[in-house]
Amino acid sequence: MLQDWLFIGLLLPIAVLLPAVAIGLNWLLGPKKPNALKRSTYECGIETVGEAWVQFRAQYYIFALVFVIFDVEAVFLFPWAVAYDKLQLYMVLEGVLFILILAAGLVYAWRKGALEWV
Amino acid sequence: MSDPFGQISQFLLDLLTGWGLEAGLAAFLLKLLGAAAMGMLALFSTFLFIWGERKLLARIQIRLGPNRAGPFGIFQTVADFAKLVTKELIVPSGADHFVFLLAPILVVMSAVAVWAVVPFAPRFIGTDINVAVLYIVAIGSIGILGIMLAGWSSNNKFALLGAFRAAAQLVSYEVPMVLTLLIPTMLAGSMGTVSIVEAQRQMPFLILAPIPALLFFISSLAENGRAPFDLLEAESEIATGFNVEYGGLMFGMFFVAEFLHAFTIGALTTTLFLGGWLGPGVDRYPILGVVYFFGKSLLVWFTIIWVRMSLPRIRIDQMLAFNWKLLTPLALAAVIVFAVADKLAPGGVLGRTLVLLAGNALLAVGTLAGLWVHARASRRAATPPVGSTPPMRVSPS
Amino acid sequence: MTAMQIVFLVIGAATLLGGVMVVVSRNLIHAALWLILSLAGVAALFVLLEAGLLAVVQVAVYIGAIAILIIFAVMLTRRVMADSGPAANPNWWAAALAALMIFAGLVVVFMQLPALGAAQAAPLAGDPEVLVEDLGRALVDVDRYVVPFEVASVLLLAALIGAVVVARPPEAPLPEEEGR
Repeated sequence: MLQDWLFIGLLLPIAVLLPAVAIGLNWLLGPKKPNALKRSTYECGIETVGEAWVQFRAQYYIFALVFVIFDVEAVFLFPWAVAYDKLQLYMVLEGVLFILILAAGLVYAWRKGALEWV
Repeated sequence: MSDPFGQISQFLLDLLTGWGLEAGLAAFLLKLLGAAAMGMLALFSTFLFIWGERKLLARIQIRLGPNRAGPFGIFQTVADFAKLVTKELIVPSGADHFVFLLAPILVVMSAVAVWAVVPFAPRFIGTDINVAVLYIVAIGSIGILGIMLAGWSSNNKFALLGAFRAAAQLVSYEVPMVLTLLIPTMLAGSMGTVSIVEAQRQMPFLILAPIPALLFFISSLAENGRAPFDLLEAESEIATGFNVEYGGLMFGMFFVAEFLHAFTIGALTTTLFLGGWLGPGVDRYPILGVVYFFGKSLLVWFTIIWVRMSLPRIRIDQMLAFNWKLLTPLALAAVIVFAVADKLAPGGVLGRTLVLLAGNALLAVGTLAGLWVHARASRRAATPPVGSTPPMRVSPS
Repeated sequence: MTAMQIVFLVIGAATLLGGVMVVVSRNLIHAALWLILSLAGVAALFVLLEAGLLAVVQVAVYIGAIAILIIFAVMLTRRVMADSGPAANPNWWAAALAALMIFAGLVVVFMQLPALGAAQAAPLAGDPEVLVEDLGRALVDVDRYVVPFEVASVLLLAALIGAVVVARPPEAPLPEEEGR
């Protein structure tokens, strides 16, 4: 089984190396004439004002948080799904109960307006 | 030619051991060669995909597309690559150098690494790990990380905003995608892609599970940042968002990752729902498996481009509402319906198909009913109350 | 030194390096990236232990969800490129003492494991495919882990509700707020 993972262990560094080599090629072949104007931040052609900082909004964070919860839920459900063929109906229903509890959570978040993009 | 791929790898192994290498090292080198070949093939075939997409987009828009660089413009992407490679590599002032350079590499790595678990033909797969489906999810989320780091490290308000929106979109659409991936796993009884393809010998999962297939397709489109979900890079909306400060080949890398991902969606949909390399005569001539696989993947890829050219871009709040209020509840309901229906279904292909199709019809009807109720409620909320004065008419004189 | 041992040492060193750099790094985003290196090292260690499912779960949940959450939080609450000041706390010696004591305790416990003297890794209880299936069955088997399974879902529900309550958007949006 480790042999299977060896392929992935080899492909991942190669997948990192190939774009790195391409970008290295770009660095080699491209001209290097930096000046202040080229390196300034792009803001549709006008001068930048203030630092690059965006107003904190909890909304951005909520989506990531709800995603974490559903991701963990899905990860619990995958072994259940793999064993699905060998399960009896009541075992399947236990998994369904798991999903329903979290669906209730989703409904709660929906009703409380946590899923709006203000 | 009963097992061409096994014979080829055995031949190479014998060649290497014949040169005096011990068996373990020879197997390792063979794997290294295979991984390098796969990585390079994935990246170089992107040239063809980009060309094909541009030609297809052009034809749908009744124009010619690239037709100068080589016959039918086939070397256009090579020319673009050559142009990008000779551009100056500008790192904006105040940007975080290391993260700025790392981000496109992560995004490309995520697009390439998925190919390790895609089965092209019987016994022709990078590696058949038994958790391939979760591996696909895991690698996809590394791409999301790359995009967020790209936006943050650019020291640019628009890039940062673009990164936030990109993160919100990509992370939201991952939820229905992961949930619908449960369904092929349930139907096949395994997370390994080869097992999922083999389980479709009697009936492709598209027939058994059309709604989850559609859900997977839609959420994959959103994960890729393709129209109608291409708000991530909308020039008119957010000055191209997270990659605004990237020039030269680093920008090219984001581009490559996106187009490669488009074909990867085709390959994954084919593997999970269309039966992968299955087709008539594939057991006697395994090489046909490659033909069937690429044929089906190209079909899905064509559909992706077709959808891209046909639908307008949707707003971020519409997009997120669509995900959390339609796709995610539908995905949860689909998992529940499939879990219960497949247990209650009689054995035998026809009975199971009918029961599962009935389950799908139930989901479809339920969704449409829900949408109808919602539309009626918002129409009622929008119409003015009875008895109010009608709007004034401006007379033409 | 077999190849496996060399691989293990390299991965272990990378994990430890990531862990140390998380604490020492001045830039919070860099600290988050070092954390990702550490988590990836743990995933690789799971692969070495032939626990493929745990490895991909580690990458999918920890790196793909929790690390993104952490980076999101850092991006939202910090001035973008600013330094976060010196990372050392005046009471670092107390923390180091506590860490050393925990480490000593762990070493004492591990030394008593019978398998520690083995030269090779113990074989898996079964084929990996069967193990995942067995885990799935165990999660819903009344005699085994169904109660923790359902309690986990309730725990996740509690987390979801808590998050919604804590970060609820204001009841009436301010009129001049940015639409983005």
